[in-house]
Amino acid sequence: MTPLEQRQRDIVHIGHSSPEGASAPAHALKKLDYSVLQQCIHCGLCLPTCPTYDATQFERNSPRGRIALMRAVADDEMRITRAFAEEMYFCLGCLACQTACPAGVNYAEMFEHARSDIERGGVLANPQRTLIRTLTLRWLFTRPRLLRTIGRLLYIYQASGMQALVRRLRLTVLLPRKLRELEPLTPTVNRHFSDALIRPVEKPIAMKFRVGMLTGCVQDLTFSDVNRDTVDVLLANGCEVVTPRNQSCCGSLHGHNGEMELSRKMARRNLDSFPDLQQLDSIITNAAGCGSHLKNYEHLLADDIHYAARAKLWTEKLKDVHEWLGEIGITPPSQPMPVEVTYHEACHLCHGQKITRQPRDVLKAIPGLKLVELPESTWCCGSAGIYNITQPEMSQTLLERKMDNITKTGVKIVASANPGCAIQLQNGARAGNPELQVLHPISLLARAYRAHGDHV
Amino acid sequence: MHTTIAEMIRLVGSERVLHEPEHLLTYGFDGTACLTGKAGCVVFPKTTEEVAAIVRYAAEHKIPVVTRGSGTGLSGGSVPSSQCLVLCLVKMNQVLELDEKNLTVLVEPGVITQKISELADSVGLLYPPDPGSIKISTIGGNVAENSGGLRGLKYGITRDYVMGLEVVLASGEIVFLGNKCVKDVAGYSIKDVFIGSEGTLGIITKILLKLVPKPSARKTLLATFSRMDAAAETVSAIIAAKIIPCTMEFLDKITIQCVEAYTQIGLPLDAEAILLMETDGHPVVVEEEAIKIEAIARSCGALSVQVARTPEEAGRLASARRAAFSALARISPTTILEDATVPRSELAGMIRFIQTTAEKYQVRIGTFGHMGDGNLHPTFLTDENNHAEMERVEKAMAAIFDYAVEQGGTITGEHGVGLAKKKFLPKALGTASLNLMRQLKRTLDPDGILNPGKIFD
Repeated sequence: MTPLEQRQRDIVHIGHSSPEGASAPAHALKKLDYSVLQQCIHCGLCLPTCPTYDATQFERNSPRGRIALMRAVADDEMRITRAFAEEMYFCLGCLACQTACPAGVNYAEMFEHARSDIERGGVLANPQRTLIRTLTLRWLFTRPRLLRTIGRLLYIYQASGMQALVRRLRLTVLLPRKLRELEPLTPTVNRHFSDALIRPVEKPIAMKFRVGMLTGCVQDLTFSDVNRDTVDVLLANGCEVVTPRNQSCCGSLHGHNGEMELSRKMARRNLDSFPDLQQLDSIITNAAGCGSHLKNYEHLLADDIHYAARAKLWTEKLKDVHEWLGEIGITPPSQPMPVEVTYHEACHLCHGQKITRQPRDVLKAIPGLKLVELPESTWCCGSAGIYNITQPEMSQTLLERKMDNITKTGVKIVASANPGCAIQLQNGARAGNPELQVLHPISLLARAYRAHGDHV
Repeated sequence: MHTTIAEMIRLVGSERVLHEPEHLLTYGFDGTACLTGKAGCVVFPKTTEEVAAIVRYAAEHKIPVVTRGSGTGLSGGSVPSSQCLVLCLVKMNQVLELDEKNLTVLVEPGVITQKISELADSVGLLYPPDPGSIKISTIGGNVAENSGGLRGLKYGITRDYVMGLEVVLASGEIVFLGNKCVKDVAGYSIKDVFIGSEGTLGIITKILLKLVPKPSARKTLLATFSRMDAAAETVSAIIAAKIIPCTMEFLDKITIQCVEAYTQIGLPLDAEAILLMETDGHPVVVEEEAIKIEAIARSCGALSVQVARTPEEAGRLASARRAAFSALARISPTTILEDATVPRSELAGMIRFIQTTAEKYQVRIGTFGHMGDGNLHPTFLTDENNHAEMERVEKAMAAIFDYAVEQGGTITGEHGVGLAKKKFLPKALGTASLNLMRQLKRTLDPDGILNPGKIFD
């Protein structure tokens, strides 16, 4: 059996598994408006768009199968079992099913409630998982200063050549197995973070709009240059950019991983960091995964008497950077930049936010740039938040499929607008397509401006 | 069931047998509203021999076998009966032979219909049947339900493209019925008995399909109307003018609004009805027919007639229409789709009757359908938890079926009887026809193990 066939077997096995263990009753799913659960008519049109169903062809691993399970749990026909929990974590949360669904089923909401119930019921709890979740979700991603300190240490480790040395000497064998497998996935940390690269307020030559800028957490550590590029592009298009210091995680990691309360806490903190929300025309994010969640603050804080009104305003003003540029119109760079680019659509941009045309328009605004369409551009790359860590087999299969499609285009630059996808694609490139550059569409536009001293 | 599960694992391996509650629950339904069941186990054979071995075991132990593909059926045909063995054929998904000399393709039943359509297209051929669920429905399911689609008017339905079938009988015997010959009168045309038999007579394990040359040109027109019956009159007038377009699809106002909410392709939200029409064939003929169709539509009172400018635009309109049923689910918690069908000449009357019935019983009905072949989809938008309303829905449904039968029509044009329309069947067929069908069932499946309780008891 080839390694590929073995991995396919492993995936089928994961999709198949029904481990014994503790069970718990539903809580959040019960509180969910029943019409959300009832909306699915199980017509099956979601099936061909679901990467996990595609891999196993088992109904349980499909959107409508998962919805049937969630509904059964909400109806008390079934308890939250370990198999149910594993199924909900086998789902990538790519939301391709929401794009395919003619009935308008809100899968994302159901699925976040289900994961919340799973965590509350503790059916997956074990000391290692609890430790990792506490360290990351509860500790690291709620403390921006700590996260940046760790990022700083990681930078020194990588920039000093230590990482390369450790890898060369195969010292990683000293790590516990799980960590050893994850080590190659460690993203490269940038030397300067956003606060060092972006001033609190930056003004364009002729101001037409005033926008707030979100720098993110992972984005800030590993792609602070993309944040700088975003500010440059906004300046070139007449936007004054306000960037609050020491920003927190948006809470999407928490929301997607069953920590609803922490997710609300992070949302409140982000709202607090923009006291002058009224004075801004929009708030800009350049990370698809964050944007999808940030737009949901209104819904997330709807029952919070202190924050509901501000959250509503926030959601109204929150724009993905491509979306915003589409609204205000892009000033084209003055000189051509003759490159060929293909575009990988981040799930949470195309499925989560239904933004598909605007990033292409950003690329097409660059004179001389040739956009080569990527086959299966909306099929998940397997990054999916922390999915590449929790489900390495499925993630790797999806990455290989994505890299094959990129190779088919023959293009050496792939544009993508999400830090998770970018890290995943960079890992894919390292493994089999070393010439491939992974760039944010906005970075390409910023380069085109800069090359000829346009703007700012 | 424990012994059965153990035996199934012995036959196909544990990776292809599901029996845990979390799995069984997800095989408890198909695309039909309000119908569920609970299987004993689900088995995924990969070869005809495995199917035969499973059926032999089931026959020996009198265990009911419910066959399914992707589970998109709309009459409950693949809803499991209690403690049955579900035979899921999605992993038998190989295209075995494309014969460009004889214009046939031999496939396994789990091949997705869209894949056949794409394969044919890639060699300049056409597989015409295109049910709404084409992107995920399996060809085996299409044959078992004798599915229709958007092109029925000119090209016919699944039955018209089946040249041969390999079938595993209830005894476990394997037979191949039909061949690549256009003419073959050796004995009874038994393969036709299995087409549309809804898994009650045998298990289809290979399908030999006929392909046709791809038409060199096509044109798509969209006409809007301020009255629903004006759309019906347009259809009758076009056919009376001896034009057979490949597609004449009708959508009423509620359906237009739901489809537009999903697709956002700019359907006219103020129209009472639209007709989506497509003509295909030789470019000169297509051009001429499109002009005639437009003139007829206008003379029947069409508010506007637009021609799709590009093949992509035409494709978007067709996909929008295919999403009609699922898009209607946006309105209310429960969406019950029917497919009463009448001879084309009775269409306008049928449309009016559906309207007055909805008013009479105070129920909400969205109607769309294949107007060219008289196959309508009155869709009830309701809530299964509202018992009073559900009673009225039942009555309205019965009235519509009665009317269709009285007009020389049928209770189901393309979805099958399954569980959903079982109780209306005796009236539609009459005692003698129904008895003949029962006799046939007893002959082919004496122990009644194949999809028991479907079509009739």
